[in-house]
Amino acid sequence: MTDAALRILIIDDNALRATVLEEGLREAGLVDVRVITDMRELLRKIVENDPDVIFIDLENPNRDVLEQMFQVSRTVRRPVAMFVDRSDTASIEAAIDAGVSAYIVDGLKKERVKSILDMTISRFNAYSRLREELSRTKQALEDRKIIDKAKGILMRNRNLSEEDAYALLRKTAMNENRRVADVAQGLVTAAKLLG
Amino acid sequence: MKLGFIPLVDSAPLIVAAERGFAAAEGLRLELVRETSWANIRDRVMLGHFDGAHMLGPLPIATTLGIGGHLEVPLIAPFSLGLGGNAITVSEALFKEMQASGAELGAGPAVMAKALKGVVAERQNTSRPPLTVAMVHPFSGHNYELRYWLASAGIDPDHDIRLVVLPPPFMVDALNEGQIDAFCVGEPWNSLAVDRGIGVIIATKSALWRQGPDKVLGLRASFAEDHPDRLYRLIRALHRAAAWAGDPANRSDLASLLAQPAYVGAPPQIIERALGGHMVLRASEPPATIPDFLVFHDHAANFPWQSHALWFYSQMVRWGQIAHSAETADRARRVYRPDLYRTALTTTDADLPNASAKVEGALTEPMPVASRSGRMVLGPDGFFDGLLFDPDDVEGYLRKLGVNVD
Repeated sequence: MTDAALRILIIDDNALRATVLEEGLREAGLVDVRVITDMRELLRKIVENDPDVIFIDLENPNRDVLEQMFQVSRTVRRPVAMFVDRSDTASIEAAIDAGVSAYIVDGLKKERVKSILDMTISRFNAYSRLREELSRTKQALEDRKIIDKAKGILMRNRNLSEEDAYALLRKTAMNENRRVADVAQGLVTAAKLLG
Repeated sequence: MKLGFIPLVDSAPLIVAAERGFAAAEGLRLELVRETSWANIRDRVMLGHFDGAHMLGPLPIATTLGIGGHLEVPLIAPFSLGLGGNAITVSEALFKEMQASGAELGAGPAVMAKALKGVVAERQNTSRPPLTVAMVHPFSGHNYELRYWLASAGIDPDHDIRLVVLPPPFMVDALNEGQIDAFCVGEPWNSLAVDRGIGVIIATKSALWRQGPDKVLGLRASFAEDHPDRLYRLIRALHRAAAWAGDPANRSDLASLLAQPAYVGAPPQIIERALGGHMVLRASEPPATIPDFLVFHDHAANFPWQSHALWFYSQMVRWGQIAHSAETADRARRVYRPDLYRTALTTTDADLPNASAKVEGALTEPMPVASRSGRMVLGPDGFFDGLLFDPDDVEGYLRKLGVNVD
C-alpha cells in the first residue's frame, strides 16, 4: 500500500529515465511527484520543494550536494539516507545495483516508503533493460545493412545468388572466428578501396 | 582488486600503481573505477563493490562513527595518498573587492582572510547578499581548512557566508556564471579556473597547513581482517607508486598519464603545475613556487598519522558534526592504521617513524625524527596561525578554538 500524500522528488539529469520513474509512481497512486533535471542551485530547489522522499541517480555528481543537507542544521526538515541500519543491506544493494539512491526526510517511517522504493528500483532496472534492448536493436539493424551491402558486392562480382553470397560470408566468418557483420564490413571497406 | 577514484591529481598513486607495474610486481591486478561522487565511493566501499578507494581523509572516520545520516560501517585508512594538493580560488570580481580591502596576489593566508573579512563586513553593511563559497563534501579536509581559515579572521562560516557543496567538475562553470564567489577544491580545478581567466588562487592547503593531510586509501575494516596479505601487497605497491609519482624525473610522464580521459582528463601542462608546485595564481602572471604544494612521498607523506585523524575529528566537533567524548575521539584515532602500514613495509627499505602521532604544527624547520633508519626528516609543518595541535590534548585544543567541550 502506498501513501498517496507523500511528496516525492526525482533528481535525474536523464529526463527520459525521470519520466519513466515519474509515470510509474503516478500509476501507483502517488499524486505529488516532482522532477528536477537542471542541477543548478540544486540545494535551494530541494529546500523549496520540501520533499518527503528524494531519489537521485548514482551517476549524478550532485549526490554530494545532498550529503550537505544532513549537515545543515538551519534546514528544519532534514533528509537522511533511507538506510541507516544493517538490516537494510539487501535493499541498499538492490538500489545501488539499479543505479539509484534514496533519501527520506528525518522522522518519516521507512516502512511507509518501502513499496515506493521497490517500485523505483524496478523502474530503474526496466529503464536499463530498455536501453540495452534499444542498443541491441540498433546494432542488429546496422549489422543487417552492412551484410546486405556485402551480399550485393558478392552477387555482382562473383555472380552468386543471394543465398550463396550469405553462405559464403557465414562460412568465412566461422573459419576466421569472426562475426558475419565484421566480415561483411571488411569486404565493404575493401571493395571501396579497390574502387 | 577493484578500487574507486575521483578524477583528481592526488589520485595519482593508485593510477601509477596500476599503470607502471608496481601492482603487478606485487602480484596484484588493479581494476580502477572512475566515480562521480564521494557518496558513491563511500557506499561502494561500504557494500564491498570496491575493495578500497581514493578517499577524503575525514570520510572513513565519519563513516566509522556513523555520522552524516548513513549506515555505520567501520572503515580504515592504512595509507595516506599524499599531503596538500588543494587550494582556495576566488572569482576575479571577488578578488578585486579583496584588493580594495588590502589583499595582494601571493599574500599569506592571514592577509587574505583579513581582506575577505573586510569584504564580508562591507556586504553586510550595504545589505548585499552574502558570499557563496563552495567545497566538495561535508567530511573533507577542504571543508575544515576553509572553515579554519575563515574563522581565523572572525568570519562565521555558518552565518556570514553561504557555504555550499558542489561537485568539482561544476566548480569552474559555477564561478564563471556567478553562482558561487569562491571555492576550495583539489587540482586540476583551481588551475583550470585560473587558465580560463575567471579565478584567482588566494591560498593553498600548503600555506594554510604545510604538509597537512588530504586523501587516503580507505577500505572496510573487515577487508584487512579477511585479506591481510592482499592489503599488504597493495600498500607496498602504493608505496612504490607514490615514490615514483613524487620523483621530479617522472613529472612529465606522470602528467601525460593523468591527462588521459580515463583518469583526470585535463591538459598535461595544467596538471604539471600541481605536480611541480609551480602554480599560476592568476591568468597571465608568472608561476609562483609553492613549497610542498602536493607531496606524494617525501616527509613520510604516506604514513597514516593518527594525529591527522584526531585533527579531522577535532574539526568535526568544532563545527557541530558530532558531540565530543573521549571514547569517540579514540574510535576516530583508530580509523588510521599505522600498524598495518608498518607491517606491510617492514620487509622493504621504507623508512618508518617510531611514533604513530605527532604534535601538528610543531616543526618550524626540517627536523630529523626517530625512525627505523634514523634518517627521517619531517617538517616544516606549521599552521599559518602558529597554533599547535597536540593529539594528546584534543579538549585543550578545542577550548583554545573557543569550543565548549565540558
